[in-house]
Amino acid sequence: MIKLEGVSKTYGAGPTAVHALKNIDLDVPQGAIHGVIGLSGAGKSTLIRCVNLLERPTSGHVIVDGQDLTQQDSEALRQSRHQLGMIFQHFNLLASRTVFDNVALPLELMGVSKGEIRERVEPLLDLTGLTDKATQYPAQLSGGQKQRVAIARALASRPKVLLCDEATSALDPQTTASILELLQDINRKLGLTILLITHEMEVVKSICHRVGLISDGELVEEADVGDFFTAPATRLGREFLNAFLELEPPQALVERLEETPGEHTHPVVRLAFSGANVATPLISRLARDSGVDVSILQAKVESIQGRTLGLMIAELIGTPETTSQALTQLESHDINVEVLGHVQRDA
Amino acid sequence: MSSAMLELILEATLDTLYMVALSGAVSAVIGIPLGVLLYVTRPGQILAQPVAQRVLGIVTNIGRSIPFIILMVAIIPFTRLVVGSSIGTNAAIVPLIIAAIPFVARLVEGALNEIPPGLIEAAQAMGATPVQIITKVLLPEAKGGIINGLTITVVTLVSYSAMAGAVGGGGLGDLGIRYGYNRFEPLIMLITVAILVVMVQGFQSLGDRLVRKADHK
Ligand SMILES: Nc1ncnc2c1ncn2[C@@H]1O[C@H](COP(=O)(O)OP(=O)(O)OP(=O)(O)O)[C@@H](O)[C@H]1O
Ligand SMILES: [Mg+2]
Repeated sequence: MIKLEGVSKTYGAGPTAVHALKNIDLDVPQGAIHGVIGLSGAGKSTLIRCVNLLERPTSGHVIVDGQDLTQQDSEALRQSRHQLGMIFQHFNLLASRTVFDNVALPLELMGVSKGEIRERVEPLLDLTGLTDKATQYPAQLSGGQKQRVAIARALASRPKVLLCDEATSALDPQTTASILELLQDINRKLGLTILLITHEMEVVKSICHRVGLISDGELVEEADVGDFFTAPATRLGREFLNAFLELEPPQALVERLEETPGEHTHPVVRLAFSGANVATPLISRLARDSGVDVSILQAKVESIQGRTLGLMIAELIGTPETTSQALTQLESHDINVEVLGHVQRDA
Repeated sequence: MSSAMLELILEATLDTLYMVALSGAVSAVIGIPLGVLLYVTRPGQILAQPVAQRVLGIVTNIGRSIPFIILMVAIIPFTRLVVGSSIGTNAAIVPLIIAAIPFVARLVEGALNEIPPGLIEAAQAMGATPVQIITKVLLPEAKGGIINGLTITVVTLVSYSAMAGAVGGGGLGDLGIRYGYNRFEPLIMLITVAILVVMVQGFQSLGDRLVRKADHK
């Protein structure tokens, strides 16, 4: 539904040029909720703004529903934009219009008749739970209600795609949850394709099917959400995950970690396992089978979109032979093993 | 005070209101679009025309920097061409309009400046044309600010019209000079000033009320 082919965006020119996006390829299938996560300044907003050409890519193609938007003239582009609803971090509602009239705006722009506007706006207010707010002005609403109005407004032109630029970043956790639920609901009921950008793992975890990780203008990693939360492929991915899970080895241990194994060291590992493995009394079996002692430093079980995910930081105590055998055994059970470092045996 | 005097005061008051109303209305009709133009043609704006914008900005600034009393005298030939005379209330309206247009334009531009850029962006994302953005987003969102600017303009026009009156333009300024100053009738002077004060207060509170009605903040 959304396809980016080699999209680059450079602001300015010469030595001060900012390469905000570098050769991005992205394919979001119809009906998917696709997240893009990244640190501040990574290029997230630039990326999503390139999809509806609020920002014109310096090179590359943006193809939505088979139409190459980068090739369209301004009139055709305006028509295409009716297919692309967008919501923003700061809602961007018109203060001079009531809730009803805000939602009606895209229809007015399209030249829809008054009667039809009423017929189309009312179900949207119903869907977003705003029926009793129809005659109020944005200044009278809470942040969550404002974002609901923005969502209703974005849906008014019956788009195929919804673009969300940090849609929940200005909201508290409870309100965030209710807005995410609404987005998921819309995705299911209307089959709407959603591309959302965020810096919050919570958002990705709650509703995304797939996630891309953007760093310094490059899409460095892309995965199904379950896989991303079990085994991020990049260092940045792991940092995001660890920060989100608050699963870091204790500081005292980190200070003692050495990168290379010595003669008298134990490996410290981060284990991630999903599905059936979680229930298996894995650790005790490991101790029995390979003869290593497993000292658990931290452990956590998370549920990510119906999949159970176990995470653990542990020290494997044994001889170099037995510990390496234990690692092989873990991997054979489809457990993602990351060796964080090595600690001196008798420290 | 004689009834003839009262009649004179009433007539002068109506003359002032006439000058202010007509020059205010005409300068709004021309100044508002000009202010919009100054805003939408800025670099990066919806109808960016950086060169034309600069030229327009300079012309506007020149208009604003000429002292009213000099403008009034300087354009006498033009005033004569338009209204056929260089004295009287109609003749005073011409320089009033010319002075107020750049004033209104800058105030409107300032009001538009207060609109969060995200609103324009949201409208663009909805597929709005530049004209739709002006009529459906910019003007309604800046309505309070524009009314506020027009209130300031009208209040300024009240005092400018008194100045115009002093050089034969009619109205309260004319009356104040002719009777209050030249014939030294302090009561007339006092009454003239009092009426001007009431007028300014009235316009200001009317403007404030309209702004409150327009703003839903
Ligand atoms: N209009 C612009 N002109 C010049 N540079 C820009 C412009 N917009 C963005 N940039 C630069 O492009 C880079 C990416 O910015 P972008 O806004 O896409 O980041 P982001 O990932 O959305 O960050 P945040 O999470 O802080 O919103 C930054 O280095 C930024 O300074
Ligand atoms: Mg951003």
